[in-house]
Amino acid sequence: MTDAEELRRRTRDLLAQHPPASTDRLDFLRARFDAGLAWVHYPEGLGGLGVPRSLQGVVDAELEAAGAPDNDPRRIGIGLGMAAPTILKYGTEEQKRRFLRPLWTGEEVWCQLFSEPGAGSDLAALGTRAVREGDGWVVDGQKVWTSSAHLARWAILIARTDPAVPKHAGITYFVCDMTDPGVEVRPLRQITGEAEFNEVFLTGVRIPDAHRLGEVGDGWRVAQTTLNNERVAIGGMALPREGGMIGPVARTWRERPELRTHDLHQRLLKLWVEAEVSRLTAERLRQQLVVGQPGPEGAGMKLAFARLNQEISGLEVELRGAEGLSYDDWTMRRPELVDFTGRDAGYRYLRAKGNSIEGGTSEVLLNIVAERVLGLPAEPRTDKDVAWKDLAR
Amino acid sequence: MTDLLYSEEEEALRAAVRGLLADRCGPAAVISRTESDAPHDISLWKTLTGEMGLGGLLVPEELDGQGATHREAAVVLEELGRAVAPVPYLTSAVVATEALLECGADDLLAQLASGTTVGALAVGLHAAPGAAFATVRVDGGRLHGELSGIADAAVADLLLVPADDGGLYAVDASAATITPQTSLDLTRPLARVTLDGVRGARRLGDAEPAVRRALRAAAGLLASEQLGVADWALTETVRYLKERKQFNRPVGGFQALKHRLAQLWLEVVNLRAAARAAADALSSGEDTGITVAVAQAYAAPVAVRATEEALQLHGGIGMTWEHPVHLYLKRAKADSIAYGTAGAHREALAELVDLRAP
Repeated sequence: MTDAEELRRRTRDLLAQHPPASTDRLDFLRARFDAGLAWVHYPEGLGGLGVPRSLQGVVDAELEAAGAPDNDPRRIGIGLGMAAPTILKYGTEEQKRRFLRPLWTGEEVWCQLFSEPGAGSDLAALGTRAVREGDGWVVDGQKVWTSSAHLARWAILIARTDPAVPKHAGITYFVCDMTDPGVEVRPLRQITGEAEFNEVFLTGVRIPDAHRLGEVGDGWRVAQTTLNNERVAIGGMALPREGGMIGPVARTWRERPELRTHDLHQRLLKLWVEAEVSRLTAERLRQQLVVGQPGPEGAGMKLAFARLNQEISGLEVELRGAEGLSYDDWTMRRPELVDFTGRDAGYRYLRAKGNSIEGGTSEVLLNIVAERVLGLPAEPRTDKDVAWKDLAR
Repeated sequence: MTDLLYSEEEEALRAAVRGLLADRCGPAAVISRTESDAPHDISLWKTLTGEMGLGGLLVPEELDGQGATHREAAVVLEELGRAVAPVPYLTSAVVATEALLECGADDLLAQLASGTTVGALAVGLHAAPGAAFATVRVDGGRLHGELSGIADAAVADLLLVPADDGGLYAVDASAATITPQTSLDLTRPLARVTLDGVRGARRLGDAEPAVRRALRAAAGLLASEQLGVADWALTETVRYLKERKQFNRPVGGFQALKHRLAQLWLEVVNLRAAARAAADALSSGEDTGITVAVAQAYAAPVAVRATEEALQLHGGIGMTWEHPVHLYLKRAKADSIAYGTAGAHREALAELVDLRAP
């Protein structure tokens, strides 16, 4: 049994053997991984010690106090939040050993090849084909909305391996090498002017069978692990009061009395209250997780934050009056991170529009809440027992 | 750190209160009681206070109370709200009790804690914490005047009356004329209190701080009652829509209705966090002003919307006197005015968090 005191001791040992001030960043991160202090809830030998996730804070606090470098988690969020839990749950021992260490240190960036032009909310209808050839697979198709594809070494990929069975049954989950010559990444410019996302064209991409995650035809179930973790990652952050999108608006209100109107005041106060209540809900959810009683509330957090971000940023543009008519920069850029705070109100307004689409549209999430939380009848399905190749498209 | 969860003891308390109310306070009984001469359920009140000791949750043990906190009182109010129980819990065990605590009136606190005495603060139910309130006139040691909109005064034994000399007076209800008013909320009826030269009333202390404290606790804990009301509306509507069939389907399977209910669920989840935060802040005394104002600014519209949605989604049956949804709608709408409207609490926040009006 490793308790908090033991973790603290191990963290201090790590710091003593690899003093951050005189150790190369990557060397330190690798040593931290090998000491089992990367993600303590992961198994021993894979960056963890098999202890409760809630103990991670003990390690992080020690390391932060010592000025140790971190693995820049926001930059490698897809790997940490989606690829890693899936590899841990479904990967072979060899896959876990090969992929998890450089994933966690950030040496190898990951992206997610799931959505397609013809498969958005209906992701299981995807048409990218993987055909068996020798001891591997050949993949052809097109993926879209792929963040970090231009930086990624690896991708998690779902593809259709059997078109003759119903759509959920014919999917297989792979790890795709993004340096394969058949992978072409093209930036996809958004309404903000920049290109966070990419289109990825897959033409005769070869994937060894050793890079399959889970059984052939079981890819939909494997993907649920990825997607559940995505929604937690997007909605579950704990924030201080005024820590979210309401912060910049409240500051502008205080600093610029000449912009104030009665109408804006009423709307601002309403949104301030809603932002504070959402923050309390997220905090309550976090407390439930800490005591090991996760509630269904998590399903709603992303919905709430999407709507709030949109309404607050919309108000902020209006509050700025004449300045709200300008925009800071339409230059086509390829940002590594989504940064809501480093840009003007107009950017926040436009970028927040994506919050109700990415990671599950609000409409689909409302169905999920209605069916899984409230137990209301499922939508009528005409596609469940039809072979994928016979579906309307 | 604010504790937003329910402890095991709080869940046990909830189960006990819910069990009692399921036995004794069913919707049909509550509806027929509203049509009688005695809209309050005094027998239920005696069980809640005398047998279960819930009247004294906020009263220290040395004064024969339970020495519990606002967190437990909030759980009781959730359940009372879920049953729209016609008992003077919020008005006596919270509002009058808080006023007496501020005045240090130990003897009266012990009486309220035991439930043998029902107290009522003679301030209109609409008054927000910190707002002006009506007073009676003191003239030669006698109290004269009329105060209206006093919730649960009809069953009060002890009236706490603010007077124009700045004092709060204890008036035996038998010395006053109490006239029931026809009230929007059938399960928390109002009354008019008339004092016609009442002599010998005891001055308990200054009215302003006592009323402010009482109304702040009321506003914060009302959010838990509103949570109970909203949660009933959501749960009952979901249950009904799974059963009710039209067009050869359960109507709860239509996406337009599913989305409305999912949206409502989100708001109830938010309300639970806001109400827990307010109860916890009242019990710890930390960050109370902001947390109570946030809870009440959020709770009132959610409870009203939940009951309005419940009525609409029940269709025609929801419009009948026989179905209990109207009791909840009336309670929610009255609660949206009680202890300050959402707008009044937002105005308070404008000062508290420095987001000032133009």
